[in-house]
Amino acid sequence: MKKIEAFIRHEAFEPIRTELLEKGFPSLSILEAKGSGRQKGIVERYRGSTLTVNVRPKLKLEVVVEDKDQALVVETILKHARTGEVGDGKIFVLPVEEAVRIRTGEGGEEVLQVHSDEEATV
Amino acid sequence: MRTKIGVAAIMAVLAALLLPAAASAATIGEVAGSLEEKTSELNMTWVAVATVLVFLMQAGFMFLEIGFSRQKNAGTGVAKVLVNLAIVTIAWWAIGYGVAEGGGNDFFGDTGFFFHFGQSVAGEAVTGESAMLMLFGLAFCAVSLAIVWGTTLERIKFGAYVIYAAVFGAIIYPLVAHAVWGGGLLSDIGGKPVMDFAGSSVVHLTGAVGAFAALLLLGARKGKYDANGNPRVIPGHSMPLVGLGVIILWIGWFGFNGGSTFETAGNFFGEVMLNTQLAAAAGVIGASIAVYVKSKSLDVGMAGNGAIAGLVGITAPSGFVEYWAAPIIGLIAGLLVVFAVLAIDKLLDDPVGALSAHGLAGIWGTLSVGIFGSARLVSEGAAPGVWYSIFGSESFSASIGQLAVQGLAVLFTFVVVFAISIATFAIIKATIGLRVDDAEEEAGLDISSHGMYGYPEQFIPQPEYSTGLPSTMGTGAGVPAAAPAQMTATESSR
Repeated sequence: MKKIEAFIRHEAFEPIRTELLEKGFPSLSILEAKGSGRQKGIVERYRGSTLTVNVRPKLKLEVVVEDKDQALVVETILKHARTGEVGDGKIFVLPVEEAVRIRTGEGGEEVLQVHSDEEATV
Repeated sequence: MRTKIGVAAIMAVLAALLLPAAASAATIGEVAGSLEEKTSELNMTWVAVATVLVFLMQAGFMFLEIGFSRQKNAGTGVAKVLVNLAIVTIAWWAIGYGVAEGGGNDFFGDTGFFFHFGQSVAGEAVTGESAMLMLFGLAFCAVSLAIVWGTTLERIKFGAYVIYAAVFGAIIYPLVAHAVWGGGLLSDIGGKPVMDFAGSSVVHLTGAVGAFAALLLLGARKGKYDANGNPRVIPGHSMPLVGLGVIILWIGWFGFNGGSTFETAGNFFGEVMLNTQLAAAAGVIGASIAVYVKSKSLDVGMAGNGAIAGLVGITAPSGFVEYWAAPIIGLIAGLLVVFAVLAIDKLLDDPVGALSAHGLAGIWGTLSVGIFGSARLVSEGAAPGVWYSIFGSESFSASIGQLAVQGLAVLFTFVVVFAISIATFAIIKATIGLRVDDAEEEAGLDISSHGMYGYPEQFIPQPEYSTGLPSTMGTGAGVPAAAPAQMTATESSR
């Protein structure tokens, strides 16, 4: 299993989510992140003085998939997150040792599978 | 003067008209007496409306200061305004009103304490009218006190409010109000009265000087100045709240200045209110231009400060100047506030700009009466402004004399308020302490002084709603079967 962590622009999230859902990967998390990279900070003006904020708001997208699906998910993220400008973000792929579905206690790769329709409507 | 002539004229005309009828039904004396009663009732109805507007300004100060504070210091602003308003009310009723309006000598009044029915205040029996005016005076005192705390945000101990509010409402503000409005020292200087229509110096400069004294003993917020002493920006958390505060203050000011006519005679309050609006508008324009020239950005907070500065500037002259002068006074106040905020920020940490918007604009407003005061409107014994002696035929020496008298009001206000305030704050600092400790300041006054966050959800996790949507909503409508658990903002808004 692999965990894909992608730091992306906010506006890239919705197209990525839509396509991942279509391709059968509904399970993901996003976190509001603030970070710095090659992109410069933002200069704010407040009451006639300036304030430089050195980190910018980004989204951190987290998806855990079976090894075979890694390339597909990374490609989907690249497809929608890339504008070609500095500040598009980065993708990291990490190994995952174990996955457990809390509701049932079952473990292993099958917990990454999409639910059957009946189960998913609750 | 206007009133008495107006009322007398109306009474004379009415008396003449009613003469035949009066002979049979009521004597002229009875008609005149009842007319006088009705006039008082109409006047006090207007003052009641104005009083409500001035009390509304407490909400203005509340939102303005909370908006300029960080999120961790939001709730404390609410508690501060409520507690201050409560304490100053009791202090004014028990002592302050008597000191301000109770006749007496040049320095303080000596009647009217614990204001009650059957009492004689400055030789006149307490009536509903005097109660109305007493309440109107309280609203002014409360505004003046609210200004004090602008410099002290995010680090002062709550106990300091309690003690200083009592001293302020009982002694500090009443001494200044007595000197100018209560027949005291400044109401007759060599035959010339200080002209401060609604309190550029009495209310606003007084508040700002108290704020200055507090700030000197309190010091800057942690992190306001870097190791080299250069100021750093600590942005307030909500410009919408600042804007709401400014607009509420602006609206309240129509009661503040307009109500200071104390009467409806000649609809003079209309003139005062138009002057108020013109100056506020010019203040926004002045500050916006100045901040744009200085920083190439149209600063939200500074536009607000400009409105306040224009309003503070016109407070003293609102009943003494012609319409053309009001925007000039407001524009200069607006320009002044931007340069003053930037200059003061290098040395003193004044988060809302109270020293500039209320202090310097208050001084400017008080002096501006000596420059633009119109012969048509100035008080009895006062001289028109310097403008009219340079560009008109008024006596130059008399108008310079009036300007000097206006300056004396500024000096008197500064000395009296600063002396008592610095002493009060020094005593507070030496006893209960003036400032919270470092850990409390870092955590914010909301949690450290009041035990709760102003915005609890910002800090405390909240449970989600149930386990998702009811099953009837999870089907149909084109929502994929697997979607509800991963609903996003976009989907849920469908």
